[in-house]
Amino acid sequence: MALTREQLAQRVAQEFKDGYYVNLGIGIPTLAANYIPEGMQVMLQSENGLLGMGPFPLEEEVDADLINAGKQTVTMVKGASIFSSADSFAMIRGGHVDLTVLGAFEVDCQGNIASYMIPGKLIKGMGGAMDLVAGADNIIVTMTHASKHGESKLLTECTLPLTGKACIKRVLTDLALLDIEGGKFILRERAPGVSLEEIAALTAGELIIPDDVPEMQL
Amino acid sequence: MAGFDKVVGSYEEAMAGLEDNMTIVAGGFGLCGIPENLIKEIKRRGTKGLTVASNNAGTDGNGLGILLEDKQIKKMIASYVGENALFEAQMMSGELEVELTPQGTLAEKMRAGGAGIPAFYTATGYGTPVGEGKEVREFNGRNYILEEAIQGDFSIGKAWKGDRMGNLVFRKTSRNFNPMAITAGKIAVVEVEEIVEIGELDPDEIHLPGIYVNRLIQGAFEKNIEKRTVRSA
Repeated sequence: MALTREQLAQRVAQEFKDGYYVNLGIGIPTLAANYIPEGMQVMLQSENGLLGMGPFPLEEEVDADLINAGKQTVTMVKGASIFSSADSFAMIRGGHVDLTVLGAFEVDCQGNIASYMIPGKLIKGMGGAMDLVAGADNIIVTMTHASKHGESKLLTECTLPLTGKACIKRVLTDLALLDIEGGKFILRERAPGVSLEEIAALTAGELIIPDDVPEMQL
Repeated sequence: MAGFDKVVGSYEEAMAGLEDNMTIVAGGFGLCGIPENLIKEIKRRGTKGLTVASNNAGTDGNGLGILLEDKQIKKMIASYVGENALFEAQMMSGELEVELTPQGTLAEKMRAGGAGIPAFYTATGYGTPVGEGKEVREFNGRNYILEEAIQGDFSIGKAWKGDRMGNLVFRKTSRNFNPMAITAGKIAVVEVEEIVEIGELDPDEIHLPGIYVNRLIQGAFEKNIEKRTVRSA
């Protein structure tokens, strides 16, 4: 079975390590904050100028001056800090954020990512995504493995305008966890109950299937 | 009070000198920390042909969105403009030119504009549509593109507290683009929730020194929330 959004978030959270500063993109990445293991300290960075983002506020805690990068009202955890957008992207570009998780439309086996623009459709903008993929060393892209029409999103070469070039090394889809090395996708884990054949059929870019591909533990 | 008093008496006075076809650099992120009353004054003045650099373009009826109603903005430099139907319509019809700029690059362009740095190299946008036509240079085996600073005829910003000299303190994430945006204008206009007397702000706690501020005014703010998201107890 393909992973649900919640299961994708759970698997993302397995990449967290104690003491990590993490930037989570809008959507599934944000859900991963709900699965930070007990006893582990992770500080969430929000690129509008907050390190130490907490959960959504109670009704009586709502503060128009305290939002996340998705413009949602949030809270701060103990030890949080506030800074300008320039400082925020200095952290990101300067490689100080340990892990970045974000969504995409397409990824290819050269590590290119397309996530912000579909020509002919409405263009809303890249926000901070281009800075995040250019600045972070440790990035996980989360997305569905194929489109609703069954077309692979893991390609030999991205067809859409790029958000970043040769910057993605790890992709988590609803079917599999893959690394990108030497111009190839390498299958690391498969979603419970999903066959290697199914993954191979929906991966357009060159795919290496090692002898042992364990099922994800969720 | 001597020449360091930046306080002006009215919003009309705050935006005096703004003319058609000028460039404005604006602080704020979404509707958080936007100079909402200064934007309303720009609407009242009816100034046209404006180029505006701001992370977002407001929403329908809020923030910079109200300047679209009378087509006052000619060009928008922003990182994300997805929350505004009027904006979409004017962009699609070609009435409104849009220069999409990565968020961190936009912040740094404003910072550079205020800091006397004409341009800088960044890896952000290399190999993407953002990098097209820009100078590329390699440092330590990695490619970077040259991005130019942004300066405005005016900058508009919002802070929490300011003293009469224009020393500013921001509150929570309403700081966002404000400190850099304010520095990038030839005439920097800032509105605050509270003006305090000189000496009331602890020098160690001032986020932006008054040297960057030309005009200061105290306003009342609606502080609209774009996405009110709560959890239950």
